[in-house]
Amino acid sequence: MFNIILRKFGAKSLLAPIAMAAMVFAAAVHAEDTIKVGVLHSLSGTMAISETTLKDTMLMLIDEQNKKGGLLGKKLEAVVVDPASNWPLFAEKARELLTKDKVAAIFGCWTSVSRKSVLPVLEELNGLLFYPVQYEGEESSKNVFYTGAAPNQQAIPAIDYLMNDLKVKRWVLAGTDYVYPRTTNKILEAYLRAKGVAKKDIMINYTPFGHSDWQSIVADIKKFGSSTKKTAVVSTINGDANIPFYKELGNQGISAEKIPVIAFSVGEEELSGMDTKPLVGHLAAWNYFMSIDTTKNAAFIKQWHDFIKNPKRVTNDPMEAHYIGFNMWVKAVEKAGTTDPEAVQKAIIGIEFPNLTGGTSKMLPNHHITKPVFIGEIQDDGQLLTVWQTNKLVEGDAWSDFLPESKPIIADWTPPISCGNFNTKTKKCSGQKF
Amino acid sequence: MKSNCIRWCGWAMIGFILMLPTLSIGQEGSSDVAFSAAVVNLKSGSMQERGLAIEQLAGVQNPRAIVILQALLDGRLFKLKTDDKLVIGEEVDAGYQLIDAKSAESLGTVDRSATQKITLTNSLRTSLRKIIGRLELNDDDAGVRLAAVNVMGKSVDDESLALLQDHLSVEQDKSVQKAIKLILGLEQLNSPDKATRLAAINLLKEQANQNVVNRFNELVEKDAEGNYLETDSDVRNQVKTALVKINSQLQLYAAIETLFFGLSLGAVLVLAAIGLAITFGVMGVINMAHGELMMLGAYTTYVTQQLMPDQLGLSLVIAIPAAFIISALAGIIIERGIIRFLYGRPLETLLATFGVSLFLQQTIRSIFSPLNRSVATPEWMSGTLQINDFLSLTWNHFYILVFCLLVFVLLLQILKRTRLGLEVRAVAQNRNMAKAMGIPTGRVDALTFGLGSGVAGVAGVAISQITNVGPNLGQAYIVDSFMVVVFGGVGNLWGTLVAGFSLGIANKLIEPYAGAVLAKILVLVFIILFIQKRPRGLFPQRGRAVEG
Repeated sequence: MFNIILRKFGAKSLLAPIAMAAMVFAAAVHAEDTIKVGVLHSLSGTMAISETTLKDTMLMLIDEQNKKGGLLGKKLEAVVVDPASNWPLFAEKARELLTKDKVAAIFGCWTSVSRKSVLPVLEELNGLLFYPVQYEGEESSKNVFYTGAAPNQQAIPAIDYLMNDLKVKRWVLAGTDYVYPRTTNKILEAYLRAKGVAKKDIMINYTPFGHSDWQSIVADIKKFGSSTKKTAVVSTINGDANIPFYKELGNQGISAEKIPVIAFSVGEEELSGMDTKPLVGHLAAWNYFMSIDTTKNAAFIKQWHDFIKNPKRVTNDPMEAHYIGFNMWVKAVEKAGTTDPEAVQKAIIGIEFPNLTGGTSKMLPNHHITKPVFIGEIQDDGQLLTVWQTNKLVEGDAWSDFLPESKPIIADWTPPISCGNFNTKTKKCSGQKF
Repeated sequence: MKSNCIRWCGWAMIGFILMLPTLSIGQEGSSDVAFSAAVVNLKSGSMQERGLAIEQLAGVQNPRAIVILQALLDGRLFKLKTDDKLVIGEEVDAGYQLIDAKSAESLGTVDRSATQKITLTNSLRTSLRKIIGRLELNDDDAGVRLAAVNVMGKSVDDESLALLQDHLSVEQDKSVQKAIKLILGLEQLNSPDKATRLAAINLLKEQANQNVVNRFNELVEKDAEGNYLETDSDVRNQVKTALVKINSQLQLYAAIETLFFGLSLGAVLVLAAIGLAITFGVMGVINMAHGELMMLGAYTTYVTQQLMPDQLGLSLVIAIPAAFIISALAGIIIERGIIRFLYGRPLETLLATFGVSLFLQQTIRSIFSPLNRSVATPEWMSGTLQINDFLSLTWNHFYILVFCLLVFVLLLQILKRTRLGLEVRAVAQNRNMAKAMGIPTGRVDALTFGLGSGVAGVAGVAISQITNVGPNLGQAYIVDSFMVVVFGGVGNLWGTLVAGFSLGIANKLIEPYAGAVLAKILVLVFIILFIQKRPRGLFPQRGRAVEG
């Protein structure tokens, strides 16, 4: 209504503040009954395979919080939307969640491109997004909390393990051709070169999404690994392409003992859809394994099985990230006494919450959290057996120290810096918001 | 595949032979303190203790030790949750049939959940193989001995060298002798005596073996200080001439391998496209749901496999007709329900069938969940046909290639020799004339579409063996299928065959130089240019029907 009046008067410059006032007013009205939480995960299309589980996880967490009495004396209400694996639709749906449903926070996204598509909307409308998936880093937005692993919480420790424990000398960096593998491999290549690995001992290979004919690439890897030097494959191959990849490895007789493959995108959920025989002994690096034996984890798994009514379903790393992220948000809201994004952003930094693997994760000023890193070997029941872990939690680093262009940059959302892209050399915050 | 059988039969035999004495000396065995201690460490210790326990077990003179170690390597060694007993389990329908690991007495059958597997890491697996290899050098089966020698050859130490040296004098089997000589020959390259080294080179250069190539390459390379590893220039020259010969052989093998890769990729393309060649090529229907009909076939494979989990091979064979029927029925329903109202309106057909494809995808998602389903590959379809150390062909691709040709021949015969085929060709050439001759064109349309769809379903069975079975399976193949049909020439099955194989080979030829992403793009660009020059594809249809 305001809009109609304003348009008549042609006072466009006034529109924004009044619309904001209207939003605050509407929020106040809404606040009477429930607090709304947006769940922005694809339930159809390519990414439904991974994201549907996270939607269910969020419903479970919200349900549990309501059983505990809700938040600030109010019930939580989940608003589930389906962006259908369509990246521009993520932005539209986020806008809808923030303006129409007036959610207090959004939990969602999986691929980096969907997150990048949502970012401008979040910053324009000052919404909050909790992003639960491991990603390539090089980003820190005021409005996003990264509860998944940054490269230094997954990829770098994995390389250290292979280099120090398995004495790997030759490296194949294989990935699907999109932003996460490209950036991660850039960081890893810089890291390997810094560690003294010669260029001829690194082979980099990209394949299209859903690649299914791996014959010649696997044959190349076999040839590359046939020299006397120990070879390993660091795989950032995305979900669907993994099955034919591992099948081909198995068929061409490349066992984990000869050339181990360490994957950053293969977890319990992905393994549940695979014939695990050819995979046994290959590695995966994550911040959580379902097989980790702690009372908290056992309780979480039981809660999940009860909620989903299927004792065969598995838990995985992004689910734990949502578990931590959601509970941190709850604690921050309780601390701030309001769901106002500005106040929550301030309150959440420094919040600690016990993770499922026995440590206590903490929200850092750069909007990343501290996490332990685990390396596991795939077993034939589709679980991962921990063979190595960091002895303490690792702090997520938004801007990689191994790329020359991002080395001097830090993210710190506490005063006096309050910037996601602060150059420590020039002492300037770049104009870029994230 | 064959070697697997040899191995397994071998295992069964050793297990049996080794169990016989156990029964008589069981009492002595249990008194063996070291053996018992090792067994305890094996089941409850940390990974390091487990490693030590494996070494200990290998050291003790107890015939049960090798049985336990072998079970551990095969993943058949469990710990009972109730009384912490170490047991060896064989998978049966109701769970595991157990025998006590220490005493070999039978413990009956228990449910799977009552046991906990003794897990292994890669490093433990490697050391286990080596230990077992040594113990098996005296096996009766030559295949087992050969495998043992090969395992030992991977990381040679003085102890295994001495063992091999001793064994060579008593070994009768030619291939085992050869394998041992190879390992010893490689070792002789380190000899301080020049004549020994030259003799070793002469012996080694005749063998197509990766280790030889690696070693030869090392010999002629300079190290960090610029010195050759092999100090004598005569020996170096010998190695160099040997390498030139070996490398030309390697190039030949690489070419054969690329050809095979190309043909097998082509076979998948042909399988995916051949159904479309009928619906699009013969009937002129742009069917965007073609990929989803393949997906239905793949899911049929999954379901048949779920219904008969113990008979992988048979379920796959049954899945072929089942997938044909299901996809054909789906195709007929689509044709009768939607497409027949849209003949002559390609744009609307395209949109409508695209809608159908989305509908089918989401239906599958609702029934089977969006997660991928795991379809197991039968034993005879996994692994490689090992021709030599450098050339091996994967069985699954080999079978798919054969299967593709079979489907093609069968389809060609249907179109050429049967009444349906005759009617299909008549309708395709001139619909009105066919109608005037009394051919029920509506029924023929439905059956033709059903045939094309059914073949897509059969293709889905094959594809389930190489990639994911998930709701998005079809999308990955739809563009490729159209590409093959258009390139080959619309309405010509031979064109589809030639186009599929040539695109597959072209892709594999470019891939090593340009990478998988660029290879795909280049092939696409080539087709676009080709279509500019020859709009009707490789084998255009001729005759009056086309002009009209």
